[in-house]
Amino acid sequence: MSATATESRPVAATGSRIAARFAALRAEGRGALIPFLEAYDPDRATSMEILRGMPGAGADLIEIGVPFTDPMADGPIIQLAGQRGLKAGATLGGTLEMVREFRAGDSETPVILMGYLNPVLSYGAERFVADAAAVGVDGLIVVDMPPEEAEVLAPHAQAAGLDIIRLVAPTTDAARLPVVLNASSGFVYYVAITGITGTRSADPEALEAAIPRIRAHTDLPICIGFGVRTPEQAGHAARVSDGAVVASALIETMSRTLDGEGRATPGTAQAMLDQVRALAAAVRGAR
Amino acid sequence: MNKPLTRPNTYRSGPDAAGKFGGFGGRYVAETLMPLILEVEQAYNAAKADPTFDAEWRRLLTHYVGRPSPLWYAERVTEHLRAEAAPGMGAKVYFKRDELNHTGAHKINAVLGQILLAKRMGKKRIIAETGAGQHGVATATACALFNLPCTVFMGATDVARQQPNVFRMKLLGAEVVAVESGAATLKDAMNEALRHWVANVEDTYYCIGTVAGPHPYPVMVRDFQSVIGSETRAQMIEAEGRLPDVLVAAIGGGSNAMGLFHPFLDDADVRMLGVEAGGHGVDTVTGHAASLTGGRPGVLHGNRTYLLQDEHGQILEGHSISAGLDYPGVGPEHAWLHELGRVEYVNATDDEALAAFQLCSRLEGIIPALEPAHALAHVIKVAPTLPESTLIVMNMCGRGDKDIFTVARLLGEEF
Ligand SMILES: Cc1ncc(COP(=O)(O)O)c(C=O)c1O
Repeated sequence: MSATATESRPVAATGSRIAARFAALRAEGRGALIPFLEAYDPDRATSMEILRGMPGAGADLIEIGVPFTDPMADGPIIQLAGQRGLKAGATLGGTLEMVREFRAGDSETPVILMGYLNPVLSYGAERFVADAAAVGVDGLIVVDMPPEEAEVLAPHAQAAGLDIIRLVAPTTDAARLPVVLNASSGFVYYVAITGITGTRSADPEALEAAIPRIRAHTDLPICIGFGVRTPEQAGHAARVSDGAVVASALIETMSRTLDGEGRATPGTAQAMLDQVRALAAAVRGAR
Repeated sequence: MNKPLTRPNTYRSGPDAAGKFGGFGGRYVAETLMPLILEVEQAYNAAKADPTFDAEWRRLLTHYVGRPSPLWYAERVTEHLRAEAAPGMGAKVYFKRDELNHTGAHKINAVLGQILLAKRMGKKRIIAETGAGQHGVATATACALFNLPCTVFMGATDVARQQPNVFRMKLLGAEVVAVESGAATLKDAMNEALRHWVANVEDTYYCIGTVAGPHPYPVMVRDFQSVIGSETRAQMIEAEGRLPDVLVAAIGGGSNAMGLFHPFLDDADVRMLGVEAGGHGVDTVTGHAASLTGGRPGVLHGNRTYLLQDEHGQILEGHSISAGLDYPGVGPEHAWLHELGRVEYVNATDDEALAAFQLCSRLEGIIPALEPAHALAHVIKVAPTLPESTLIVMNMCGRGDKDIFTVARLLGEEF
């Protein structure tokens, strides 16, 4: 099992949209904004409208959450988003269909799926990776699949040209860091807080100390997520690293537009996209 | 994942270094928790090798818990079942009386081991999940004894149906957090405990109540609970001059069963029966909690095991009359023993457990918890089919004080 952790992996899958996007941003001299949406939240059509609108609102890469009944690493905001998604009929297959539709109008913005292992195993790991690559998914974040357990998915992902993006946490110590980094491709996702999503804000000074520590061990781009909420925080994160992931703050805004039954209202997609625009402006002005 | 194709020459050597029993178990946790899980494993390995750790744990078991628990020949149950059996049939039924432990169930065995480990690791706070409340009470008890702050996560549904245990935990000084997410039962309590742990990894130890969760929890809890089976072995040899023929235990996460079974796994003549919660019947979709009978392999709460799930891999809520059994998963070692066929997994319904609960109270003067009432329900089915010379040991892993309100309501009694 640990063999995968020590094998050298390509920096990014060949011909990867993720690598191309980070190279372009580096040439522009700025970091990435990576907004998050939960598939089918609050319903398929609205989440599709949000997904389609994100590149125009300034998303450089997009992260799509795949709803799961038991999201162990998520706080109440994303838990509720997942529950709304499931109620609206979300499945892993349905999420792939959303990406296929998105790709019909956008062949460049990298799309990353973030979720938990069980729906992937249930779909069939090999079949899932093949289908994901075919519809235009670029990377996977599987929260409960540490490098030690990656054998079930990573070889298939590598063969299909999908990046496995790994989380590095404040608790990841020096001995463990190379194990995690060697099993990563695409970019490294630095979890800014010791905790679950949407519960605290990242501490800027801690980030300024943490990112160079990781940088010393990898050539991969490093992005910061969990605890990036405001435009100022996104701007700061994109400056000290290569990108900012914003999830709970966007979902919170979106969920405030829902009616008493948790259904979309006419302003729902727009509210989320307006906030993406504000975040993008901050990230673009950060350097 | 490879299914084990050949039988191992011992069933007692698992798990491997990666925490796997065949393809089951492992460490499927978020990166934030991974370093901590590895730290718990290191600390446990060091503790296991330290004779003073074992001596302290055994001192507590003897003088605080009241071990060894008796092995009781349940003569009236035996006679009752023989009365309806064919001539010469009707096995001899023994109860391993872990319901007599301090706090009323087997949970305290593994809790004390884990709290001693937490002390060794320098942890300052303890968290736990609980379903029926027995593990929560045991953890709150040990934390009172060792002067450690304790927070217990309990599904809001369980808080409502296990009020006496909620009050006990509070008396013992623990904070009880009612978890509202999902169906607000044991699975959700465990999610919330894991989330809390992620946010408090520096000073907090998570004391898991069964043989599930990421490695090393399944092996560690099993090792501590194996005191049940080791005592049973010695006691049965003393009582009957030989090993038992059949072992029967209820399966929630599987800790009382693993504890009874493990010391006997390599005794080929000892048959083992794990009794899952059949709820309203295992042919209903979400009306039971029989993960091995009605589920399929997947990953939840840090381990790969049999789970109740839909065709998309979403986890289903289990149902059981017993709040300690309605978990949609099962310990990974049971999943492995199930696939190998070493242990047979059967089930008992709510109604069968309720009938066994009443029968045991009247015949033996022992009010069992609803969990072992499931084991007894199966004993009631199999004992009459076995010869009189057959020796059955059933794990009476908890007492029914916590359940009398649930049972009273079901029987239409009002207080
Ligand atoms: C008395 C009793 N028995 C059994 C169980 C189920 O757990 P396990 O299968 O781990 O023994 C519980 C859980 O709360 C319990 O309280």
